[in-house]
Parts: sequence; C-alpha cells; structure tokens
Amino acid sequence: MKLRKEAIDIVIDICDRYKDEPSPLMLILSDVQKEYGYIPLEVQEIISAKTGIPVSDIYGVVTFYNFFSLEPKGKYVIGVCIGTACYVKGGQNIIDKFGEMLKIKPGQTTEDGLFSLDDLRCLGACGIAPAVSINGKVYPKVTLAQVPQIIQEYREKSKEE
Amino acid sequence: MPRKATTDVKIKDTKALDKRLDEATKKLEEKFSGKDGKRHIVICGGTGCLSSNSQLIHDELLKEIKAHKLEDKVTVNLVGCFGFCSQGPFVKIYPEDTLYHGVKPEDAKRIIEEDLIGNKIVEDLLYVDPATKKRVTRQDDINFYKKQVRIALYGCGTINPEDIDEALGYDGMKAFRRALTMKPQEVIDEIGKAGLRGRGGAGFPTGRKWQFALDQKSDVKYVVCNGDEGDPGAFMDRSILEGNPVAVIEGMMIAGYAIGATQGYFYIRAEYPIACHRVETALKELRQCGLLGKNILNSGFDFDIGIRYGAGAFVCGEETALLNSIEGKRGMPRPKPPFPAVKGLWGKPTIINNVETLANVPYILREGWEKFAKIGTEKSKGTKVFALGGKVKNVGLVEVPMGTTLRTLIYDIGGGIQNDKMFQAIQTGGPSGGCLTIDELDVPIDYDSLVAHGSMMGSGGAIVMDEDNCMVDVAKFYMQFICDESCGKCSQCRIGTKRLLEIMDKITSGRATLSDIDKLHELAQSIQVGALCGLGQTAANPIISTLEKFHDVYIRHIVDKKCDAGICKDLISYHIDPEKCKKCSLCARSCPVNAISGVVGKEAFKIDQTKCIKCGTCVAGCKFGAIYKE
Repeated sequence: MKLRKEAIDIVIDICDRYKDEPSPLMLILSDVQKEYGYIPLEVQEIISAKTGIPVSDIYGVVTFYNFFSLEPKGKYVIGVCIGTACYVKGGQNIIDKFGEMLKIKPGQTTEDGLFSLDDLRCLGACGIAPAVSINGKVYPKVTLAQVPQIIQEYREKSKEE
Repeated sequence: MPRKATTDVKIKDTKALDKRLDEATKKLEEKFSGKDGKRHIVICGGTGCLSSNSQLIHDELLKEIKAHKLEDKVTVNLVGCFGFCSQGPFVKIYPEDTLYHGVKPEDAKRIIEEDLIGNKIVEDLLYVDPATKKRVTRQDDINFYKKQVRIALYGCGTINPEDIDEALGYDGMKAFRRALTMKPQEVIDEIGKAGLRGRGGAGFPTGRKWQFALDQKSDVKYVVCNGDEGDPGAFMDRSILEGNPVAVIEGMMIAGYAIGATQGYFYIRAEYPIACHRVETALKELRQCGLLGKNILNSGFDFDIGIRYGAGAFVCGEETALLNSIEGKRGMPRPKPPFPAVKGLWGKPTIINNVETLANVPYILREGWEKFAKIGTEKSKGTKVFALGGKVKNVGLVEVPMGTTLRTLIYDIGGGIQNDKMFQAIQTGGPSGGCLTIDELDVPIDYDSLVAHGSMMGSGGAIVMDEDNCMVDVAKFYMQFICDESCGKCSQCRIGTKRLLEIMDKITSGRATLSDIDKLHELAQSIQVGALCGLGQTAANPIISTLEKFHDVYIRHIVDKKCDAGICKDLISYHIDPEKCKKCSLCARSCPVNAISGVVGKEAFKIDQTKCIKCGTCVAGCKFGAIYKE
C-alpha cells in the first residue's frame, strides 16, 4: 500500500509535535491513532525514519496496547463496557446482541466500514451500568431493546453526513 | 457564565499567593453564602451524569436564564462528580443549598421559573428518603452522605474544576504554601506520622516511599501520578481528576518538593477523556499564574508536570510497567529491586503514587498529621473512597473512614440490595482481590482486615453481588479479564491464567470433574509463587477466594451440573409450562433460532432443546410467565 502525500504529512507533523519530548513514541502513536485512525506498517516506517526508533520496536508497542490498531476502524466505534459493574448487570448480553445484529465479533469491523465493536474494560461509569460508548458518547443503562435502536440511529446519522 | 479569568496575573511570591488565596476564598464564600447577591446553579459534570445529559441541562438552564434576563443575578456551571451516581443528574442551587436529583433537560424551565424566580422549591425533583418517604432538600441530610467523610473527594461536586480561582478559593495550594516553609525532611516526616498508605493497591506507607527517593543522590528525580485506574468497577481516581484536579497536582508538587524532583508526570487512562481534559486545563492555568514552572513563588523550587496517556493496557497500573509505558515501550513490569525510588523513570529515582493517595496529601499538610491520624484504625489511617457498584441500591462513590464495616457500607450508605434481593457477596480489590460473604459483613474495612479475610483493599472497587449472580461465573469473568490483560512476560501468568480459564470454562459448561478443583488449587499456587509482578501474583485470587467461600456452588456445578443462579448457559434449560401456555405463539415469534414450535390456539408450545441457544428472549416475550428456567 502506498500512502497519500497528505497522510504522510499528517504523520510527519505529529512526529514534529513531540520532537522535544523524551521518549515520545506513545504520544506519537496516540495522536496517529486519533487523527489517522489506525497505524499500518507504512506509517510505522515513517515514524521510525523520523524518530530513529526501529520499526520492530514500534510494531511491538502498537500490538501491545488495545487502543492502537493495525487495521482501520469503523466510522462508529461501539465500545461496550464489560467492567465488573456492567458485567454483573448484563453487559455481556449487550455486547452479544450488538455482535449478533452487526454480524461481527468484538475487535472486528463491519464490511461496509460503518461499525467496529470493542469490549471495553470499564469506562468508570459504573453508576449507570451497563454503559455503551460510541465515538466518545456514553449511553447509560442500556437495555437489549435499545441495541437495534442505537444501531439504527447511527445508520441514519451516517446517511445524513 | 464563565467569570473573567484572572490567570494571566502572575503570582510571584508567597505574599502575592496569600493575597490571591484570600481573594479567591472570599469570592467563593460569597458565592456559597449568597453575600454576592446572586444565586448560583451547579450541575454534576462527572462522566455518569454527562452521559445522562447534564451538559444539555446546563445549556437549557442557561437558555432560560437568558430568556428571563437573569444573567446578572444567576450563574450556572458544571462541577465534578457528586458521587451518588445512580440518582443523577444532580442540580444544586446556592446559597439555599437545594439539591435536585434525576433532573431532565425539560426540567430546566421549571427550576428557573419556580425556584429561581418564584422562590418555591420544585418538590418533585427532591430526593425522597426511601425509609421515611420524606422529601430531602439538602445534600447533607441524605442518608447516603451522612456517614461519609470527604478528604480525598474534597471539593468534588462543589467547585468548578475548570476554574482555577475556585480551586484556590477552596483551600487549594494552602498545603503547598506551608510545605515551602518546611524542610523536605519535615514534609516527609509529617506524611509518615499521618500514617498515609498507598490507595492504589498494596497499601505501602507513602512517607517511607518518599524517604527512599529523598535519600537517593541524583541530579534528576521524578514524581509520577498513577491515574491508570485499571480495576474494572473502580472510578474514584476518575472522579477526583474530574472533580478537583488541582488537589492532585498540589499533592504532586508537595511530593516533588519533598524528594527533590523538578518534573512530574501524570499517567492517565485514555478511557477517561474528561479527566484528561480537566487535568490539561488545570496544568495550563497553574503555569499561567506561575504556580508551575521555574522558581515557583520565588522560592527557588522548579517544578512542572507533563501528561502521558494510557492506551488500554491493564498491566500499566503496575508501577514498573507504567514507567516502561511512559518510556515508549511495551508496558511490561520490571523486576524489583531495584525499586523505582532508586532506579525508576529513565533510570532516575522516581516515586509513583496513586491519584487518591496524592489527593490526601494536601489535607495532611493543611490540617496537620494529628488530625488525619485520628481518622481510621490503628494501622490504616484516614479514609478510603469506594466505588460502590453492582446490585446495591445506591450506586456511587463513597468516602468513609477506614474501619467502617461492610454492613454500614452496603446497607446504611448503599441502601441495601436492589429489588430487596438477598445479598450474596461483595468483591473488593478487583481482579486481584476476593469476595466477602454474608458472614463477613461486620468486618471493618482496612488494609489488614481485608487481607485476613482473603481479599484486599486494592484501589477500592466494591461490587455487590446478589442471589442472581453466579459466583463461579464471576470468578470466571475475572479470569477472562486477567487472561486477556496478562502482558505475557512470565509463563506462569501467561499460560497459567489461560489454563485456569479453561478449567473454569469446563466447570461452567458441565464438563469438569472433581479433580479439576485440585488442579485449580495447584495452578493458582504456582502462579502466586512464580509470577514477577503484583498483578500476576494475585491473578488467581478471585478463584482462590470463591473456591474457599463458595465451595458448594463449585460442587453443584461439577457434580450436579446445575447453576442455581441460572447464569451459566450450558447448565440451564428453558421450558414452557403447558398449563400456563396460552398458545399465542408470541414466544415462537421472538425466538431468533426458531427453536419453539406449537399450533396457535390449539397446541401448547414447546422448546426444542437441541436448537435452543438459551438467550432468554422468549422469557421476555411471554406475557403469561409460562416460560421457566431450570
């Protein structure tokens, strides 16, 4: 895969942002994940060239942390909390239902690129368990009946955008 | 309406600081007492309430204020977490101190028109005491808050976390001001005498940790705040960072002064975007007014703080793994010794303290160690914040003196079990802890008592389980968590937890034999002995603890192949009672796998057990209660 020039510019710009920080790799990767959406090998090579950190090390770090992804994520990332408080209140059933309706497993993205499904380790919103977070928006006390509604809400939102 | 920021005015020395603190304190006192001739509305802006539309409530209130031209008489702003999350969103009105709960955006109009203009309390938005059925107007009169003592949560839910003047007006920086008049050794002695122990897990004495770092001779030292709150079900660190970030920063500044560090780092979970934002804002404001940076208050003390974000790895809550993560490496623990106080971040002496620990530091220096040491038990001083969650009525953040019993926590503060079901167990210490049962309700909560009862304090997650939870399933849940989150460095943890999970899976699916219990014991022990870090060593605790306290539940799963709580899907089956069945076909139509058949109006419906996936949809679909679980 060949990267577009704009993509290369984004990555170089991010690397420059942290050039005065000691050990900037985590900062760079967080921003790349946020702004570019994922961290493929080609991007890792640019980071390596800019920072002097071997690609093997970068790959090791990217694959270690849950938030970094080698594949592009869906437009809407559905994170279902299965921290303990959510789990004892049925969080597992909620994620199963999302998986069943979207026909994907946690960690996967739908073929149309619209949705990704993630299991989250506690949003810290235990007072409103079970909680679901979609692109940062938190849904409180989600019920099984709400799952199809939520999916529909984002399908429509996608059409409007 | 945000007040005009005064952060561009540099505070150059302690005299200037005193003046600023006096002004800020006066202003805040006037706000709360109504002496400024205005009324002030604050709204809970914690993660829980924000997800229940508290931002929208804020905007609606603002709109109503403008519509009624009250801009000069009423202010409105978001504050940190109130703690009583299950009753949110909260709206509070000063100076009357009226607290409204469960507020919806459409209530904004009534609050402004009835209360702010008509001076009449909106009765139906008040909290109703479930015991007396009486409406409660003030926060302090609600049972949930009565037995709490707020030290670490000081200011949370009261001050505007994005306004530095409110933090300064609420005793902010007073402790740091005092520290500057003391020698570093005196600061450490004060923390030591207070008996403060780490709030993040093992409860190591904070003063001793600082002493190690002070004794190291090094040109560079670091202070790290561990905000990687990984225990699923614990959210006190998030709430403190969201509610009063300046208190934690002040704790770090005092620590930096005490050990001779000039640089600090926050390490915050990326799952907490609001906390991250508020800490960033507070740091920026403190830098602008000269409380962070070079030669703070002309004292010769330099200190600044950077932020690093976690990237979703539980193991990074372990201090040496956290250091590796800051250094841009895979978050794997390092062998100890050398301890971080000797050789930490980039090889330099480093202290790593948890958010809640640091939030206690300003109190100790402000009020004196004697006052702090009076709270709590002999070996566990002060308070502890618990994230009370699960099947308890009052879910939320609770700060109680050490030594409070579980019964007080669950029944007096927590209000008892939801739907008045039977209490089964409470899990403390998260995936590294264990559970306590109904026989242990009178155990006082402190570091040592919890360990003596096979659990631990951990970071303060307290998840209540009722009769509908299967304790074997809960233990399996934690095992799944640890198995996913094991960093993979040691084979005991990497392979051992996987094998434990497989055995748990056998038990919950009815394929286990009694010898599997012996295997669990044996494996758990070798992981405990062989793993490198604290997380690995404690990985098997949830299994060890449930094996001891819920042995008969394990036996029931293994020998009788039954899960009485009806949670373990492979051990249950759904049936339709032909007597109760109205032959309406609702269940058959709701079944996702067409496992139910019958003839409408003629023949009772039946579930084909070979097809049933045990999803429970039919139970919800049947209006006549004809479907039961076995």
